Amino acid sequence: MALCTECEAEIPLDPSTEVGEIIQCPDCGTDLEVLSLHPPELAPAPEEEEDWGE
Amino acid sequence: MKIGILCSLIRKEEKLLFDEFRRRGHDFTRLDDRELILDLHHRQWDFDVILERCINHSRALHTLKYLNDCGVKTVNTYEVANTCGDKLLTTLALIRDGIPTPRVYVAYTPEAALQAIEQLGYPVVLKPAVGSWGRLLSKVNDRDAAEALLEHKETLGSYHHSTYYIQEYVEKRGRDIRSFVVGDETICAIYRSAPHWITNTARGGVATNCPVTPDLNELSLRAAKAVGGGVVAIDIFETPDGLTVNEVNYTMEFRNSIDTTGVNIPAKVVDYVLQVARR
Repeated sequence: MALCTECEAEIPLDPSTEVGEIIQCPDCGTDLEVLSLHPPELAPAPEEEEDWGE
Repeated sequence: MKIGILCSLIRKEEKLLFDEFRRRGHDFTRLDDRELILDLHHRQWDFDVILERCINHSRALHTLKYLNDCGVKTVNTYEVANTCGDKLLTTLALIRDGIPTPRVYVAYTPEAALQAIEQLGYPVVLKPAVGSWGRLLSKVNDRDAAEALLEHKETLGSYHHSTYYIQEYVEKRGRDIRSFVVGDETICAIYRSAPHWITNTARGGVATNCPVTPDLNELSLRAAKAVGGGVVAIDIFETPDGLTVNEVNYTMEFRNSIDTTGVNIPAKVVDYVLQVARR
C-alpha cells in the first residue's frame, strides 16, 4: 500500500507498477508519480511541460 | 547485449516495451533523464544500443546528440529526433523529398505572420514548431481571430513561439490516419476520428483500424526515410488529391493501436532495437 500525498488515502499498487509511472489516487483524483516500490512511495506528478509529447 | 532505455516518466508504452524486453530475457538499464549528469568530455558508453523514450523533447534531443557523437547506437538517432521534433524541419524534409504535405508559411514577427496568414487564406492552422499532443494548435478562421491570437502569442509565448508556423487548413472530414513505420516496414495504421478538427488520441480522437494500402505504405515509408528512418509514427490527411503527410513523431505513443490493429507494436519495436544493436 502506498499513501496519497494529498489525501493520505491508502492506494494498492498493482504488481506490474513501474517506478516512474503516473497513477491516480482513487479517492481524490490527484496524479501521483511512483518514486519507489520497496517501500512504496508516491509524490505529486510533475506538471506537464511545454516540450512534453511524442 | 547491453541495452539502455532513456526515459523519465513511464507511460503505458514504456511499460509494454519493458515487458517485451523482459519476456525475451533481455536485461536493460533505465537511464532516467532527470538523474543524468552528462560529462561531455567523457566519451566511453558501454551500450550496444539505447532506446530513447523521453517525454521531454529537449532532453531527448541533447542526450541523443551526445550519445551519437560518442558512437552509441540509438533508436531513434539525433537527426531523426531533431527533424521530427521541429515541425518546420519536418516540413522541409518532406518537401525536399517531394512528399505531399500541406502548404506552410513561416514568419518571425506578428506583422509578417498576419500578412502570411492573409496570403495563405483563411482558415489556417497556427502551430508551435515544437510541441505535441495537439497542444496550442489554433485554427484561425478570420482576421479578427488572427490579430488576437498573434497578440496573445507575442505577449504570452516563450521565445520559440515567435517563429510562426502557419499551415494551410486541410478539411479532414472527421478523421486522419496515423501509420506506424518500424525500419523498412509500415507495420500498421489507424484512423483517428473526432468531431473536433483536432483528432489526436491524446485529445479524445478514437482509434480504429486502417488498412495499409499500397499507397499508404509507400507514402509512409517515404516520409519515414525523409526524416531519417527508424521507429516513427506518421500523421496523414486524406484529401481529394490523395494522401498528404502532416507530421512525423519520433517517440511514438501506441497504446490505443495494438488491440485496434492486432499488431504487437512493442514486439516490432524491440525486434528493431535488437537488430540495430547487432549491426
